Amino acid sequence: MSDNLVLEAKSVSKFFGTITALQNVDLHLNKGEVLGVVGDNGAGKSTLMKVLSGLYKPSEGSLFFDKEKVTLNSPRDSQNLGLEMVYQDLALAGNLPIGDNIFLGREPTRKVGPFNFLDHKKRKQLTEEHLAKLKINVKSADQKVEELSGGQRQAVAIARATAFNAKIVLMDEPTAALAVKEVGKVLDLILNLKKLGVSVIVISHRMDDIFTVCDRVMALFQGTNFAESELKNTSRDEVIGWIMGKKD
Amino acid sequence: MDHGEKRLMDKSQESLFVRLIPFFERYGILLLILIMIAVLHLLQPDVFLSWRNVTNIFKQVSWQSMLALGVFMVIVTAGIDLSVGSIIMLSLMGLAIASKAGMPWYVVMLVAPAIGFLCGMFNGIGITLLRMPHPFIMTLGTLYIFRGIGNLISGGVPITGFAEQIRVIGNGKIKLDVIFGEGAREYIPTSLILMIVIFFIFWIFLNHTRIGKWIYAIGGNPGAARAAGINVDRILIVVYTLCGFLAGIGGLILAGRTNSAYPNAGLQSELDAIAAVIIGGASFFGGRGTVLGVFAGVMIMGILRNGLNLMNVSVFWQQVLIGSIIILAVYIDVLRRQLATRT
Repeated sequence: MSDNLVLEAKSVSKFFGTITALQNVDLHLNKGEVLGVVGDNGAGKSTLMKVLSGLYKPSEGSLFFDKEKVTLNSPRDSQNLGLEMVYQDLALAGNLPIGDNIFLGREPTRKVGPFNFLDHKKRKQLTEEHLAKLKINVKSADQKVEELSGGQRQAVAIARATAFNAKIVLMDEPTAALAVKEVGKVLDLILNLKKLGVSVIVISHRMDDIFTVCDRVMALFQGTNFAESELKNTSRDEVIGWIMGKKD
Repeated sequence: MDHGEKRLMDKSQESLFVRLIPFFERYGILLLILIMIAVLHLLQPDVFLSWRNVTNIFKQVSWQSMLALGVFMVIVTAGIDLSVGSIIMLSLMGLAIASKAGMPWYVVMLVAPAIGFLCGMFNGIGITLLRMPHPFIMTLGTLYIFRGIGNLISGGVPITGFAEQIRVIGNGKIKLDVIFGEGAREYIPTSLILMIVIFFIFWIFLNHTRIGKWIYAIGGNPGAARAAGINVDRILIVVYTLCGFLAGIGGLILAGRTNSAYPNAGLQSELDAIAAVIIGGASFFGGRGTVLGVFAGVMIMGILRNGLNLMNVSVFWQQVLIGSIIILAVYIDVLRRQLATRT
């Protein structure tokens, strides 16, 4: 296995009462790699992401960050290890400007006497730098999120996830709610993260997404590892077959 | 169509009216106040802008503005506090009883804000920890409870006569002999200074602190606030507690102004507070509104009532007018939003 391993899940199972959501699932992710996770509804993709981000505790199996075994008790723990999740519902406050959303809960402040005040200048500057780094184009960092298009909101959500030097970003259907012409921009953004050395896991139903950004694709079927391949060694038809549980 | 092209087209097609929208959005409400002042000055040239009348307006709005400011913060979180009118009454009664019990004046003065603080905290804890489905229900309950307790502890009768030191906040005068000469009758009410200071502090709090930012974030999307690691319940308790505390300050001001604690104190003033907040441009759905807007809303209500009184308009017509203005103010906001999102 590669020396660049940043994240690994070994024979992870997750049971909800009598239901088995995941059964001995393995997953690994290298530095700067984009991994596509595909599978039909109920195949266990979202459960797996929630286990990786610490929202669910695995019933069995173990997680390794940078080859060290870890126990995650909450998403805070995975954040501290450099893993950020981009939520499907985006989790942005529309009434607040872009910069406020990116730094929500982690606002830069400056001390005046005994008090901590928001450092508006610093936030604006950090926001502009970060957006420029990710090549995200918006009119102004002060624009309210509710004035943005779906794609721009997705970009802000990704910017938020990566503002604090995340090493791993999990994305659940990042293009599902977007207009066709905006999908490309979000995919470019994912490729940009890869160039910056960030590892990305993308859950997607769209073969176009998978075959544009991913280096490797793995398929889950009924809560188990079904198939996995470097992208160059497979085809759309084959991956679609995996989703439906067909393998040659 | 790319952005540059669109902007070019907008420039040429925008009428003067449309280009003025952002200006009105920010300063329209202040403009409205100026128009009201101008009209009332023309109608009552000798009285309306007299020193005496203007200070009278400020003295009247000072205690109401405390309620409006508190309710504003609550409304920014997409909540509501119906109990502030009862909190002001209960804190006023508590102050009166402490005063009658012979406590030193500086303790008596702390009683009203302290009672307000505790009442607000009670609301906040009820809404968050008891998982009440909506703040409307919790604060509707405490609207009855707090006024009931106020009447229980006072026996339902007015208590009058407070020490001069206690009355300073609501009734104090800062003489302007230095400007107007020895023995001049012009003065600035202490309550006006207090109001300005408190509004300034809360403006700083809401715009320049992290908790202030989180209050707006909760109003915009509580889920986003939670995902950002913000303890939403704790912030809500802080907001309702501060709202109650401000109502308590209102009670202290009212004590000085009326020199009396009476069972009907603050009756329906929660509705005036909500009206001022809405007229001031805050969204009832949370996340939107400014401290300056609240101040303007309070002033519009105060100036309107004062002007109508000066012109001997009956109280009944005043009710009709204020109701109409609430609806008109919100309707203008609806129109403005439609224009802002025009395609």
